Amino acid sequence: MNKTINQRAWLFVIPVFILVAFNAVVPLMTVVNYAFQETFANNVFTWEGTRWFKQILRSDRFHAALGRQFMFTGVILLIQIPLGIAIALSMPKKGIGVPICLVLMSMPLLIPWNVVGAMWNIFALPEIGFLGHSLNDLGFDYNFTQQIGDAWFTTILMDVWHWTSLVVLLSYAGLQSIQPAYYQAAEIDGASKWAIFRYIELPKMKKVLTIAILLRFMDSFMIYTEPFVLTGGGPGNATAFLSIDLVKMALGQFDLGPAAAMSLIYFFIVLLVCWVFYNLMMRNEEQK
Amino acid sequence: MSLELKNIEKKIGLETHIHPTNLKLEKNTINILLGSTLAGKTTLMQIMAGLDKPTSGEIWFNDENVTGIKVQKRNVSMVYQQFINYPNFTVYDNIASPLKIIGIKNDEIKERVAKVAELLKLSGMLNKKPNELSGGQQQRTALARALVKDSNLILLDEPLANLDFKLREELREELPRLFENRECIVVYATTEPSDALLIGGNTATLMEGKIIQYGKTIEVYNKPQNLISARVFSDPPINISDIKKNGNTFSLLKEDVKWETSNVNLKDGNYKVGIRPHNITTYKEGKNSIEIKGKILISELSGSESLIHFTNTDSKWVSLSNGTHQLNVGQEVKLYMNVDEFIYFDQNNNLVSHV
Repeated sequence: MNKTINQRAWLFVIPVFILVAFNAVVPLMTVVNYAFQETFANNVFTWEGTRWFKQILRSDRFHAALGRQFMFTGVILLIQIPLGIAIALSMPKKGIGVPICLVLMSMPLLIPWNVVGAMWNIFALPEIGFLGHSLNDLGFDYNFTQQIGDAWFTTILMDVWHWTSLVVLLSYAGLQSIQPAYYQAAEIDGASKWAIFRYIELPKMKKVLTIAILLRFMDSFMIYTEPFVLTGGGPGNATAFLSIDLVKMALGQFDLGPAAAMSLIYFFIVLLVCWVFYNLMMRNEEQK
Repeated sequence: MSLELKNIEKKIGLETHIHPTNLKLEKNTINILLGSTLAGKTTLMQIMAGLDKPTSGEIWFNDENVTGIKVQKRNVSMVYQQFINYPNFTVYDNIASPLKIIGIKNDEIKERVAKVAELLKLSGMLNKKPNELSGGQQQRTALARALVKDSNLILLDEPLANLDFKLREELREELPRLFENRECIVVYATTEPSDALLIGGNTATLMEGKIIQYGKTIEVYNKPQNLISARVFSDPPINISDIKKNGNTFSLLKEDVKWETSNVNLKDGNYKVGIRPHNITTYKEGKNSIEIKGKILISELSGSESLIHFTNTDSKWVSLSNGTHQLNVGQEVKLYMNVDEFIYFDQNNNLVSHV
């Protein structure tokens, strides 16, 4: 059989190609361009090779920011994933409670990021904020603008408040897709509540949980707006996560070369972690 | 060993799901609950199992009232239409799971799992996980889990409905053998009359939450107590027509069809006749075949049989005839009905004369 040759097919492909080029490839290549060169006024560039990369990878400042970033992401994942599953498990499965819970759960997700930051900033201010003032009244010496521990506590609490809902909604969807017959069959076997969770619910939620962890990892690893509005990275550099540090370097100090190199390293870390994690989670699935 | 439902009723809100029902199932029997979707088969089974409580009435097992006793404390197993297995357990662990929960020793578990696996042709795949198996094998695993426990009551809720045709046939043939030499009561819910006929045992026909008739499968089939039971136990649907009896002559009221028989002992008057689709054929069958003219509405092939919908005067008829026949819509044909297979009902839809 002869293949029909139809060049018009290009017409359908080219728009997408152009869109992707402008939206992803071109900006990325600009960054790549900066990462290997020194930039002077009047658009003069000189080739620097891998100098910026070496500089970033050896700098204590980058190590510290990266450490804070992993710490933050690790802590919020450890809180949000179990908490999200627990809330999803305790939500009603039918009746009027379902839409009420779903709407309440979706609320934090609908609030713009900088509004969340501003809200929590005011909420946590030691003199006038409800949270800050109450904590001080209870005898805690709380001041998130001055004390590192308090700044971390507030940032993590804010992120948990803002994003646990996402894990809840995904887990809830996973739970709802389990057929009632599974629960009956387990009941007939005489399986305990823990056994039902461990051997039926958790395996059945595996795919949505993988997605939830990936999304929460990526979002929290790239977090910028909320801590920027809440703490501005302070006190000192205590909550200056990678993206905050990156913006300081690129726009504050105008060190375009190192900042571009850092962006690329940052990008590859996210990509690598996601890839490794996804493959670990899906390894068993693919064998089948 | 026996399971007895005494005046069981189930209401949810104002809706009655099961009307007051009495049923006694004896040991070592396979009992088929036959009815369409929403007839109450699943509800009835869940009440039998103790997964659901009846609104009123009692359940007795071996002369012991077990109403309200939870399913975990009764020795029950159940197989569902969906293939229900623990997703991340191997086939072996799946089959072993009910035994582990009771706390049986490992050696004995091994022995019993091996035996059941052998019976269900799963021996080669004990180390696989459910989603590596075909649908048929997944359902075999679920069946094995139900059998390994030595339950007193095994409930099968449309276990073959999600399987494709070939696998269904294969497993259906094996089913009766699986329950041989077992001290248990088996209940099998299905929408398919052919399942009931192939499996045999006893059948209860169900309609809208009521048990219409219960008895030996073949008797329920041949002597449907009333029209409803006949309808439930016929697929494609049984043909029903008004008739008039005058001496030994019977005639359809609306159609120009007459026959004579001396086998039916009834007063003269108006009756109804039920004719199963496979007793209307494109060829003469038996000595007492009569002719009916028809105009084809639809004619379709189903396996090696032809399903023919046709009209005679006003009324619609269905025939299921052996062999493949190519008939065009609107074509005039002659079909034959075997008078000896007719089932007669009175004006109140109750059986008056049967095969």
